Amino acid sequence: MKRLPFQKRTLTLMAILVPLFALFIYVAFSSGPLAPVPVVLATVENMSLSPALFGIGTVEARYTYKIGPTFAGRLKQVAFDVGDRVRAGQVIGEMDPVDLDERIAAQDAAIKEVLAQLREVQARKDYAQSQAQRYHLLLKGRATSEETAAAKHQELQVAQAALAAAQEALSRARAEREGLAAQRRHLLLIAPVDGLIVARDVDPGTTVVAGQAVVELIDPDSLWIDVRFDQIRAQGLAAGLPAQIVLRSRAGVSSTGRVLRVEPLADAVTEEILAKVVFEHLPDPLPPIGELAEVTVELPAQPSGPVIPNAAIQRIDGRLGVWQVTDGGPAFKPIESVASDLDGRVLVRKGLEPGHRVVAYSQSAISGHSRIHVVERLPGVAP
Amino acid sequence: MISLAGRDILHAWGKFVFTGVGLGLLIGVTLIMAGVYRGMVDDAKVLLDNSGADLWVVQKDTLGPYAESSSVYDDLWRSIRGIPGVANAANVTYLTMQVRHGERDVRAMVTGIGADGPGTPGWPPYLVGGRQITRGHYEAVADMATGFKLGDRLKIRRNIYTVVGLTRRMVSSNGDPMVFIPLKDAQEAQFLKDNDAIWQQRRRTSENPVFNNPGTPGVLEAVIASQTSSPYVNAVLVQVARTHAPEDVAQAIRRWQRLTVYTRAQMEAILVGKLIATSAKQIGMFLVILAVVSAAIVAFIIYTLTIGKIREIAVLKLIGTRNRTIAAMILKQAIALGTIGFVVGKISATFGAPYFPKHVLLVPQDSVAGVAAVVAICILSSIVAIHAALKVDPAEAIGG
Repeated sequence: MKRLPFQKRTLTLMAILVPLFALFIYVAFSSGPLAPVPVVLATVENMSLSPALFGIGTVEARYTYKIGPTFAGRLKQVAFDVGDRVRAGQVIGEMDPVDLDERIAAQDAAIKEVLAQLREVQARKDYAQSQAQRYHLLLKGRATSEETAAAKHQELQVAQAALAAAQEALSRARAEREGLAAQRRHLLLIAPVDGLIVARDVDPGTTVVAGQAVVELIDPDSLWIDVRFDQIRAQGLAAGLPAQIVLRSRAGVSSTGRVLRVEPLADAVTEEILAKVVFEHLPDPLPPIGELAEVTVELPAQPSGPVIPNAAIQRIDGRLGVWQVTDGGPAFKPIESVASDLDGRVLVRKGLEPGHRVVAYSQSAISGHSRIHVVERLPGVAP
Repeated sequence: MISLAGRDILHAWGKFVFTGVGLGLLIGVTLIMAGVYRGMVDDAKVLLDNSGADLWVVQKDTLGPYAESSSVYDDLWRSIRGIPGVANAANVTYLTMQVRHGERDVRAMVTGIGADGPGTPGWPPYLVGGRQITRGHYEAVADMATGFKLGDRLKIRRNIYTVVGLTRRMVSSNGDPMVFIPLKDAQEAQFLKDNDAIWQQRRRTSENPVFNNPGTPGVLEAVIASQTSSPYVNAVLVQVARTHAPEDVAQAIRRWQRLTVYTRAQMEAILVGKLIATSAKQIGMFLVILAVVSAAIVAFIIYTLTIGKIREIAVLKLIGTRNRTIAAMILKQAIALGTIGFVVGKISATFGAPYFPKHVLLVPQDSVAGVAAVVAICILSSIVAIHAALKVDPAEAIGG
């Protein structure tokens, strides 16, 4: 009877202390460096990869026409505004002719003056010619002196020269008239092609210099995307490959296109290869020039081979490889990869065979001495 | 021989165990405090480990890229790559900023990584889910501590990124989780101004007659284009070939490129020695205070327990028990109390650590040192009680 309370107390104390110490031992071995690392394994699969390239670019017009005057002057009028479509040959605007019309009128008058002079010279020449003929006959009949006949002949030659001069003066006056007319015509700003006005930089009344653009015209059917691909991944990029285009303003909507050409000049500063991608069908409404677009180019499929997820690849001691899991635990296996796709699969050339098991994910970095504990999914990672 | 200490503990076991648990919680806090310090050091080291670099090339005379801001041209890596002994060189940018996910902002260190592939310096060395970045733009790998899930869409500056991979223990030296995005996007996020600023700049430039001269069309566009480029990165991470010593390669880069280069040891010294030095001292102060408080509490408890049974001790003395036996009893009780306290402390610290916002690293060495310290404190604290017990007059057993 007397020992019972002691026993009960001892038991209670033990009931508290024993689990406490058991918990302590569990805690000491399940956390910290002594604990095994949970890992998720992946099996090397034999499959064919379809690599793809991802790049971003801007919508641009293939042909841009900057229309402006050929010499300095003041802009008189512009008939169209941004967004208007024009047809080839249509007058877009006009420069102020200033005194050009008056100079043309003066030139018209000058032509008339030269015509009048021409008539006068013609009359003189006709007269000189008949005189020369007459004296030529008289000389044959010895009815006049040789000197007089020679003088008449000389008068005829002078009159002929004067006529030629007057004719050339007429040509010159006409050419000058045509020159002025051409200048007058060049004051008109004319659309070279059917197109869309995208910029109107100058308004009427402004003085513009030669070569300055008044309006900018594009050919809307020639939109393309100037895409940049990182050089490091751009292997296999070639003209004609199919592409998917997603415009920034229309996220989620993908249009089809194809690579028109890969530029022979790459960007040395940004380390990118430039390519032009055209739409298979132009989107409606047309995307604004300069809009950002994401382009995914599908490359030809690779022959099948061992494929692993790229999450498995690690660099240990300067070598790329994976942690291959065998019965003995994890062992580092250097690999050489050939190609990868955008879903993170990597085709391995050397080092692995289909069916091998490799560590895809690990709770912490592992080494050759790590104890591993294979799990379905790491804690905290949603399926 | 019967154990006096055991008998006494059994006699008042409830009081004893609960006192031990209370002491344990205090020891748990002390262990956590040490864990916080270890965690800070570990954060700094893990940052260096995860970058996978042997050398850090930064702007001349800066402590960059972690401790001080640094910016170098992004084509610098090419000239570094040509130096003998350099196996790999990659650009990297680091920027601590708010990353927006829906209505929530997460403070994270956004890291821009080059477009090569897994194993490139700067890339996360291991994942816990998803995949590494494969596209050159608009993809992100996030640390688990950000709370992001696979497929989440994040907003960093003006662009939307999709989380394609998750990693773990990728933190800045401050403990902010890292978000890895492609380098070009990160450069834009870090160096490109926001749209309002760009508009302001364009307006100012266009109002400057030097840049916007009517007689020289095209100059304005060229100037504006040159103002909006961002050819900078924070550092170049260098992996050294196994045939070369990192210090030799660092010396070559310092000499020929005239840049500041840090080796792993120097970087660690900067991060641990400079960045977290003040915080470490702060935690050290708390550790000392907690140790003193623990010692005081243990001493007080032991003393109270001893005084509580002073009459019994007097009786023991009266019946001729040796002083050594009485001292051993008190000492054993103190050590038992300390042991229970440590066990409770270790358990509570281990289970409590994951709930702390910063990384708490409980290393076994700290636990061993903790046991030794607790036992030492208990022995020291029991001296006062032993002294009081030995001084008691056996007559008190009768007189009281």
